[in-house]
Amino acid sequence: MSIKFILSVVLIAVAAFYMVKNVKLAIITFCVAALGAIVNYAGGLVSSFIPVTIFNAVVIALGLVGFAYYFNGKLKEESIEGQPSNLLTLVEFFTETVNGLVVSTMGEKNLMFAPYIFTLFIFLIISNIVGVIGVSSPTANYSVTLSLALITFVTSQYFGIKTAGIGGYLKGFFQPIPLLAPLNIIGEIANPVSLSFRLFGNILSGGLIMTLIATAFGTLTAAIAPALNIYFDLFSGILQAFIFTMLTMVFIAGSIND
Amino acid sequence: MLQGISNEAFVLGCSAIGAGLAMIAGMGPGIGQGFAAGKGAEAVGRQPEAEGDITRTMLLGQAVAETTGIYSLVVAIILLFVQPLLGAL
Repeated sequence: MSIKFILSVVLIAVAAFYMVKNVKLAIITFCVAALGAIVNYAGGLVSSFIPVTIFNAVVIALGLVGFAYYFNGKLKEESIEGQPSNLLTLVEFFTETVNGLVVSTMGEKNLMFAPYIFTLFIFLIISNIVGVIGVSSPTANYSVTLSLALITFVTSQYFGIKTAGIGGYLKGFFQPIPLLAPLNIIGEIANPVSLSFRLFGNILSGGLIMTLIATAFGTLTAAIAPALNIYFDLFSGILQAFIFTMLTMVFIAGSIND
Repeated sequence: MLQGISNEAFVLGCSAIGAGLAMIAGMGPGIGQGFAAGKGAEAVGRQPEAEGDITRTMLLGQAVAETTGIYSLVVAIILLFVQPLLGAL
């Protein structure tokens, strides 16, 4: 962690303050940037034991668990009388959106997957856009995306066996003619590979392009980077998180409904 | 002409050329995604009330069409940063 980084954090906070004249937002921006700096510093300390990206993934997962506990406790104190609070409205909005998405993609009877889908989505969004505050994205490490894709793969295979029975599951590979069995097996294995490579390639290439720009423009980077950050980190990150969760739902629903 | 070039330098240079060639595959997904986006725009023009569903389907299809481009990107990144061919020397 260099002086330059701390300076940029302060500059971001000041700029945000002057742009919106909003003390609260400026403080939040500052806190988020400071959090990024702290995580970066801690990642540097442990980098001799585990890769920084894995450390960031663990930190994000633990942070999300902490958030979940905190808001769960807060939600239980909510009263059902009177106007619902902001937090309740927000949580309700998220829950209903995700439930609607799961029902429209996987069908009414597969609503039990909604918690996992939402967890995956939130984790991927945070992991992908965390590059904005200078922390290296966990999803730029292939082991993270491969393990997430393997969860999808194992889940879809398990539910495929559960719904069709082991005989029906094996028979599915010999459809429509037995000659195509190797192709079917390869097609089944290609799903997690393409799923993980897509996320990994997108996030890694975004980070690489940002690094190339930073080395090419030197001190001018601060003027050019924000617009590119919006595209490569925010837009691409959220889009890829959405696509990963959508494809997860499609794969699992495909193995259940067949 | 090749007199003063060491083996490592030759392999690294060829790897860089290979990485550049691999990225030619970026053309395919570009054409495919543009085609999908055009069809999506057509569909929205014909049925503006279904814009949400159309956009979601289009993005999903584009993500799948992007796979080949991502494969070429991964090949290029491996050639440039992992340098597996140096081990064969």
